[in-house]
Amino acid sequence: MPAVPSAKHATKPIRVVLAKLGLDGHDRGIQVVARALRDAGMEVIYTGLWQSPAAAVRAVEDEDADVLGVSLLSGAHMTLVPDLMKRLRERGLDDVTVLVGGIIPESDLPKLRELGVAEVFTPGASLDEIAAFIRQRVAAKAA
Amino acid sequence: MATDTNTAREAWERALAAATTRDAQFTTVSGRKIEPLYYPAEPDPWYEEQLGYPGQFPFTRGIHANLYRGKLWTMRQFAGFGTPEETNARFRFLLSKGQTGLSTAFDLPTLMGLDSDHPNSQGEVGRLGVAVDTARDFDRLFEGINLGEVSVSMTINAPAAIVLAFYLVAAERQGVPWDQLRGTLQNDILKEYHAQNEFVFPPQESVRLVVDTIAFCTEHAPQFNPVSISGYHIREAGSTAAEELAFTLADGFHYVEQTMEAGLGVDEFAPRLSFFFNSHNDFFEEIAKFRAARRIWARHMRDKYGAQNPRSCMLRFHAQTSGVSLQAQQPEVNVIRVAYQALAAVLGGCQSLHTNSRDETLSLPTEEAVTIALRTQQVLAYETGVANSVDPLGGSYQVEALTDALEQDAEAIFTEIQEQGGMIAAIEKGYFRRRIAESAFAYQREVDAKRKLIVGVNAFTDDSGLNVPTLEIDSSVEVRQRQRLAQTKAERDAATVEMSLDRIRKVAASRENLMPALIDAARADVTLGEMVAALADVLGRYRPTS
Repeated sequence: MPAVPSAKHATKPIRVVLAKLGLDGHDRGIQVVARALRDAGMEVIYTGLWQSPAAAVRAVEDEDADVLGVSLLSGAHMTLVPDLMKRLRERGLDDVTVLVGGIIPESDLPKLRELGVAEVFTPGASLDEIAAFIRQRVAAKAA
Repeated sequence: MATDTNTAREAWERALAAATTRDAQFTTVSGRKIEPLYYPAEPDPWYEEQLGYPGQFPFTRGIHANLYRGKLWTMRQFAGFGTPEETNARFRFLLSKGQTGLSTAFDLPTLMGLDSDHPNSQGEVGRLGVAVDTARDFDRLFEGINLGEVSVSMTINAPAAIVLAFYLVAAERQGVPWDQLRGTLQNDILKEYHAQNEFVFPPQESVRLVVDTIAFCTEHAPQFNPVSISGYHIREAGSTAAEELAFTLADGFHYVEQTMEAGLGVDEFAPRLSFFFNSHNDFFEEIAKFRAARRIWARHMRDKYGAQNPRSCMLRFHAQTSGVSLQAQQPEVNVIRVAYQALAAVLGGCQSLHTNSRDETLSLPTEEAVTIALRTQQVLAYETGVANSVDPLGGSYQVEALTDALEQDAEAIFTEIQEQGGMIAAIEKGYFRRRIAESAFAYQREVDAKRKLIVGVNAFTDDSGLNVPTLEIDSSVEVRQRQRLAQTKAERDAATVEMSLDRIRKVAASRENLMPALIDAARADVTLGEMVAALADVLGRYRPTS
């Protein structure tokens, strides 16, 4: 397991932008995650429903976020996530940790990782697991 | 009281004698005869007041004297994906496997009031349901399926009035008179603000559309259920059982009040209101919830809204097993969860049932998975004997105590909604969303802390079974549907389209019923997205506060 967050992170909290990408309104998961990450001491900006990839990237820029978490339960991830990753690269935001949550078939996981998605959390992922992953990732990048 | 009890029982016995009975034996697997109903041998005032006989007020034990001895519940699997032709093929497949009603899932652009060629529809066309843009798509969707013979449920909310117009036009073109149509439009916009987030117009204006469809169907399609007041999505979003129950019934009461305010008598429309509940994991609490729902609805409809017709007081409901209870880990185990949840729905007296497929945490279900889900219902209906008697758990100390407790919880929540300033004010203040989010979070914490155990997730885990086959949606669907829409747009009369949209705007600004204008627009191949945009010009668009 990763070491406890460094003092650096204790002074500067991890900033996380969360967005519902596309048209689907299933926001139970993302709302629960938002609250858990706040409870874990992170600064969470939930942009709300119906975000386009462009809007999500804008939010990452505006908020100077370390992490972008997008949630899709609509099956549109193989259309919207590639678009999102391309836009992040174009804006020079390659260092942002991108997480995907939702209903994602197993067969799409390698494709998403190849696109640069750091991790995919499907139903059954625990809140502590998600928070621990983010801490570890951000700490590794800062090191 | 003894006399009353005798009278009530005699009335039930008369109803039972008059009721039709399906062709079945009603004996156990060992040949023992099962009675249609078991009840106290001695007169019992508590029984009379709280339970009564099935088919009689307050309907705790069910809405029919003989329930499933008369007719089994309708096995209705929700289906839809791709183009109208692909969904038509799935419908025919389900009918050929013995399914008895149809249930239509629409894709997200349709649910959100967008056409397939809208930029925001990219990647979503035909993915979660069938893509429809015009009444022509409805002709294709039901080709070879006689709309006068099969009951069709349609899950659509914000643009429900427009989808109803498409359906009515499709029936008309099949030569089926509207008064023969049986089926259900979900058309429950209030729960979209609470939980599912598929709204377009502001709450008050959206409720007006619901009232227009209720009034129109009451007059022109009297066998059609114009609204299915839904707790399913509230529960899926994370509410407790009591919140699902109370929020749903409160939504129902709001529609009743608004429709009465529009000038209809309660008994004119209330018999056609129907409900849709979740059947979740907790077996006894779910059964109690269904029983409490019937009792609360009956009491309010009679005592608060003055319903005289017993049918206005009967809560009829569709149930669906719980989607969120399904797990991606060890997906075969989902078959077992679904079976218990289906059993709870049947013991709770549902009128129709959808059983989820084991693979729905991964994708839309494959035909094989859907078949197992349907077979689960068939085993329940024909092998287990649970359909032999009405409300077999009635009188159980535990089930009755839970039924009472859920009724009390619901009444307390109704009071809270009133304290918020009523339904619309409570929505605008975020009351429902806040409560649901709190409950969802509390539940997830329980699971994470292993105070609630989920097989395969936080207990009894293994690495097996992640590789079940999933349904792939062909990405050419979007292209094909857009081409078709372009063709329809090229073929239709542009002047008629403009006139139809102007009329929709004009009627929307008045207090007149919108349905005739929407139906005429559907006949002229005006698209769903165009009609929604015209309505939004007048009614506005809604953004939630939280």
